[in-house]
Amino acid sequence: MYALLFEKPIVELEKKLEELRHVSADQALDVSGEIERIQKKIEQSRREIYENLTPWQKVQVSRHPMRPYPLDHIRRMTTGFLELHGDRDYADDRAIIGGFAMLDGRSVMIIGTQKGRDTKSNLECNFGCPYPEGYRKALRLMKLAAKFKMPIITLVDTPGAFPGIESEERHIAEAIAVNLREMFTLPVPFISVITGEGGSGGALGMAVCNRLLIMEHAYYSVISPEGCAAILWKDRAYANQAADALRLTAKDLIQFKLADEVVPEPVGGAHTNYDAAAEALKQKILKHLAALDKLSPQQLLEDRYRKFRAMGPFKEPEPESRRRFRRKKS
Amino acid sequence: MFPFFRKKSSTLTARKRDVPDGLWTKCPSCSELVYRKQMHRDHGICAKCGFHFPIGAAERIEMLLENKSFEEWDAGLESVDSLEFTGTSSYVSKLESNMKKTGRKDAVICGRGRIGEHAVALAVMDFDFLAASMGAVVGEKITRLIERATAERLPVVIVCASGGARMYEGLFSLMQMAKTSGALARHAAAGLPYIPVLTHPTTAGVMASFATLGDVIVAEPDALIGFAGPRVIKETTQQDLPDGFQKSEFLLKHGLLDMVVNRKELKSTLIQLLDYFRPHRQGEAKAS
Repeated sequence: MYALLFEKPIVELEKKLEELRHVSADQALDVSGEIERIQKKIEQSRREIYENLTPWQKVQVSRHPMRPYPLDHIRRMTTGFLELHGDRDYADDRAIIGGFAMLDGRSVMIIGTQKGRDTKSNLECNFGCPYPEGYRKALRLMKLAAKFKMPIITLVDTPGAFPGIESEERHIAEAIAVNLREMFTLPVPFISVITGEGGSGGALGMAVCNRLLIMEHAYYSVISPEGCAAILWKDRAYANQAADALRLTAKDLIQFKLADEVVPEPVGGAHTNYDAAAEALKQKILKHLAALDKLSPQQLLEDRYRKFRAMGPFKEPEPESRRRFRRKKS
Repeated sequence: MFPFFRKKSSTLTARKRDVPDGLWTKCPSCSELVYRKQMHRDHGICAKCGFHFPIGAAERIEMLLENKSFEEWDAGLESVDSLEFTGTSSYVSKLESNMKKTGRKDAVICGRGRIGEHAVALAVMDFDFLAASMGAVVGEKITRLIERATAERLPVVIVCASGGARMYEGLFSLMQMAKTSGALARHAAAGLPYIPVLTHPTTAGVMASFATLGDVIVAEPDALIGFAGPRVIKETTQQDLPDGFQKSEFLLKHGLLDMVVNRKELKSTLIQLLDYFRPHRQGEAKAS
């Protein structure tokens, strides 16, 4: 079992529990009371740790190799998932998957990024880092959904778009930019969920939506903590401090009104219970879908435009005319 | 995200450092000694080899627009430190020093002016201000420019240069990519032309939003243009980068740019393009 550094107390307790079970089996001793006590302690310790995660620890949970990826959620939330392939131009990028699915009795287009769990699957999906053809495929599927008036759901868990020679040669920046523009023109309900890593432009490139949800231990950031640390502290080892400074957790995004709702995870993180994680996700998606169903196609477009139009605080001097008016009044 | 090309920026600072405050300066490309006043008259182009020195935003506006035709919009917008960003130095102090350095409140100048006989909405990014990174102010000013151009039925021209999104504003800066692209969707739907001009260097968040959404994309010669910085790509892939990688000419060859235009011909090229975009041009031709 893979454990994160801060999960050490839990791991120790689990070891103790295992030993105890051996003892009870070998020597036919009744230690059920003791076992129960340790199990309770594990629960409590897990709850305490996960309620007090630092931003940098949350980033690590979001990258947990056993974290459920979009396909794990899709298989649990929906039925009849019918995957569609390719961008009709260059290739089928395995870092982005998508297709038709039935969600609670209605057809939807569901698109997600995908990471692998071993070397082979990671090579196939390029560690969850899409190439330009991935974004072009995603847009093709979104347009398909719009044509047949299906809601679009995107699940995002990517470190970012792939920074490579081929990516640049096939214009990764343009692929993302075109998605950003075109997603504003799709007159169907659009819900995006950051399920793990929300890696900058690579995540935004599939998340111009009506409702943005984020899972409890996921993060969404303009740059990775390591990248930020490398630039500001000249050392990636300061990722911990950078994660604090970037305000990238689900809680921060709610506070800044950048995300609409947090999807709660099972105690100990989504990787401890795939079914419960997917069920919570499904319920939140259905709730927001029901609200968006009330909007007309034109209202959906306007809602999406207003949502992003309002993002970004700045200071503006009062216009001269109004200032003069106020002076007269006082 | 923004100084992805940190290593690369050494060439930038080198370019700048090579320009002493004296009367003469050395061209970093051909090593020729260039008379500064002459170089400025030539819009920052080396007379011998054609190297394009970086030029300031104000100089750029003067070069492109008709005399006294510029009316600035939204000059008063100022950035706020909503994250209370604490890194090695605070965002507030960065903003203060950059305002002092440039005499401007943020990294883009927007407004209306005339190029030849064409009224346009023009934005020029100022690389001297925090590497022209895009935070909420840059995003808002560009969005307002595009929205106003849509309402007044004006073409949009944006002279781009940027290190990308402004890290100090966290996710707010990322969202400016969506905001500006959304405004361009409406401008395009109104049938109006948009021409981005990519100058050295245009990268990351700006590149992955309004810089690449033009009806026609123009670039200056030898400009660094890309999504990820060359250093990041090298570190990630452990591959040697091809010759001329992420330079204007490379991107012309790979099909992203419509044209690479020498700064001397930039204004006349824009006029020619705007002539073609003029909606009644077809009608006029038939009438004559």
